Amino acid sequence: MSSGVAVDLENITIRFGDFTAVKDANVNINGGDFFSFLGPSGCGKTTILRAVSGFLEPSEGRVLIGGNDMAGIGPNKRPTALIFQNLALFPLMTVWENISFSMEVAGASAKERRRRADELLDMIALPGQGDKLPSELSGGQKQRVAIARALCANPDVLLLDEPLSALDLKLRQHMRTELREIQQRVGITFIYITHDQGEALTMSDNVAVMKSGVIDQIASGHEIYDHPATPFVASFVGENNVFRGRIKSIEGGEAIISTNRSGDLVARITPAEIGKLSVGDEAMMFVRPEAFEVAPEQGGTGKNLVSAKAVNEEFEGNSFSVFLEGDGGKLIKMSVPNLGQDRISTRGHDLTLRYEPSNAVVMRAGELASE
Amino acid sequence: MSSATLIRIALGAYLLIFFSYLLGPLVVMSLTAFNSSAFPSVSPWACFTFEWFGVLFEDKHIRDGLFYSVLIGIGTVLLSVSMGLAASIVLTQVWPRFRSTYYTMIIAPILIPGVVLGISTLVFWDRVGRFFGAEDGSFFYELFHNGIFLTILGQSSFIASYAMLVFVARLQRFDPGLTEAALDLGATHTQAFRKILLPFMRPAIASASVLAFLASFENYNTTTFTIIDYKTLTTVLAQKVRLGINPSISSLAFIIITLTVFAALIFEAVQRNKSRKDAMRQGRLKPGRGVLPGFLRGNPAAIILVLLSFFVIAMVGTAQSYSPEQCKIRVKEARQIEIQKRIEALQKARAEERAKAAEEAEDAVPAAPSPSNSGAFGNVFAPGNLSGEEESEAVPEPAPQGGSGAFGNVFAPNNLSEDTPDEPEAPQGGTGAFGNVFAPDNLSGSE
Repeated sequence: MSSGVAVDLENITIRFGDFTAVKDANVNINGGDFFSFLGPSGCGKTTILRAVSGFLEPSEGRVLIGGNDMAGIGPNKRPTALIFQNLALFPLMTVWENISFSMEVAGASAKERRRRADELLDMIALPGQGDKLPSELSGGQKQRVAIARALCANPDVLLLDEPLSALDLKLRQHMRTELREIQQRVGITFIYITHDQGEALTMSDNVAVMKSGVIDQIASGHEIYDHPATPFVASFVGENNVFRGRIKSIEGGEAIISTNRSGDLVARITPAEIGKLSVGDEAMMFVRPEAFEVAPEQGGTGKNLVSAKAVNEEFEGNSFSVFLEGDGGKLIKMSVPNLGQDRISTRGHDLTLRYEPSNAVVMRAGELASE
Repeated sequence: MSSATLIRIALGAYLLIFFSYLLGPLVVMSLTAFNSSAFPSVSPWACFTFEWFGVLFEDKHIRDGLFYSVLIGIGTVLLSVSMGLAASIVLTQVWPRFRSTYYTMIIAPILIPGVVLGISTLVFWDRVGRFFGAEDGSFFYELFHNGIFLTILGQSSFIASYAMLVFVARLQRFDPGLTEAALDLGATHTQAFRKILLPFMRPAIASASVLAFLASFENYNTTTFTIIDYKTLTTVLAQKVRLGINPSISSLAFIIITLTVFAALIFEAVQRNKSRKDAMRQGRLKPGRGVLPGFLRGNPAAIILVLLSFFVIAMVGTAQSYSPEQCKIRVKEARQIEIQKRIEALQKARAEERAKAAEEAEDAVPAAPSPSNSGAFGNVFAPGNLSGEEESEAVPEPAPQGGSGAFGNVFAPNNLSEDTPDEPEAPQGGTGAFGNVFAPDNLSGSE
């Protein structure tokens, strides 16, 4: 199998009339990578995908696949295969005809096509289902047929446009693993579009987080989760408690922020902003729910302690979600792993929460993901 | 009686009326095809006969008309389906702002009267020929004045719009993502059209073809202008109606109705069989056992189809050997006897009158020999006329018997039913334009 072909987007801007769908995007995707574009709906990620697959030409900038400029090359001439959001299986063709469509248009014989289709059906664990119609398959099976159909075209780059969004949770989790496995087996470059951060984090080598046409951060899933570059990334990827305030002092990689309602708190400066923050800047501090714990000694005052009153508690199976109200009505969410406790808090009780400063990040204030 | 029952009865009555309104004319027309009466009629029923089918098949005009109708129908289907498909695809592709304008333009021919389309087609192609200098007798002159060519164009100009409406309805359910998927998988635009869009449109193409063919087949008002020296079934029939029709037209209608019923039954039977097979393939239906073969099981349409086929075969078989001659002779005899009776009755009545008149003549002025009075003014100035005797007025009364209405007896039911002019009734009945009103005997009052 090929080791994958790199895809480079150079200063891509895409406009529809007055509306700018994508603004100056620069992305380098390594060959053989599983790369995700993550963002809320309407952020322009599908537009980028259509520019890569050739259904639309960028207004500015270049798309390079394997180092070749793709300008003026139609979708049927590009070494890409797209898996559509609604899968777009041909309803009047049987499964095997669907899978081998790319060979049919290339003029392969029916026997050859059937053989290849059967191979791929084995690979996607649907042996002997070739003579069915797509309408006779379940959602997950259709999904796999769509993947097989795209792979049959031997693309250098496989583009996936939210292919799992229509599936139920269990199947989605299963398909995630399966997709990742297929990608590792065939070794081609996958570009994956999703608004589900779970999908992006589990499957991808690298993730680009987009917000209204602009790419905020490109990094590995781990880095995006732990070291978000912007408040948008911090609030969009996973859950986060946000504390607004001003930088009071900076000491190496850490800063003390005097928050509006919760007093002075200490946090690590996010790597993207080290050296860029200065005292007096408006800032935001993010602490993930799982970074909080109930302090062993209640009632203390420290730069990593937050006092709050328990309001509500939800049992989520693997964890408890505790909702608290800090000073001035500030809502705080804490997540505690389920280790057999009956409950974490009692409604109305005051608690002191503690976090490790290394688990909190501070950055310049900005736009949050609206949720 | 509860209101539910009332509603049910009312509904039943409504359905009965509705269906008799829909199907009644067809039934009556079909029946007339089997009545030996020379004018399409059901009552009086003369004899059951198949002769009108023979008359139909021997009628060269109808045969030619049918041939050209089918030829033009096929041409119209090809042209209007391809134009309609192209128009509908363009409609989905054009810039949304022009879409409604384009739609109005494309749909306009449906709103234009067919007569106008016919005349304008005729005039337009004549002008086109002139414009390109096609001389009399050249190929293009012949083409632009060819009835078949012009009729196909004229009919397609509005039938294409019908076809387009059918296609647009289907296209609205087409997922353009499928075409994109095909392109993405390496198909050219032509391949994507041929392998993805066209198969999807196939049912719509089939129904649009049927629609176009029927619309072309039954079209009269456009065709009558564009057909020139050819003829289609509709123009032949129109001509026949003008010149007097016979039940062979009913037999043609009966054939068409039968074919339609067969086509509908076959379609329904095939559909049901297909859905049954699908159900069986998906395991929803067990292949049950029974005396009937699989194709007929749970398929009323197929059963009716088979029964009807037997019936038609039996009918055609009967038609080969059945001869209504006996019956016809009987009918003729019966009629002759009836006419004879009428003549006798008439003669008797006249004899009585004559006797009466003779009696009165003896009683009245003997100097007036009434029989000799055959002048231009008849007896009006005869002295006896003014004598005030009622009886003398009664003299002309036999005349109405002979049909003295403005048009004589032309509308009498028996008038057209007999093709033999040597009926004894004819001289009596006075079938001249004005009946016998001007016959000299009429006013003479005596024979």
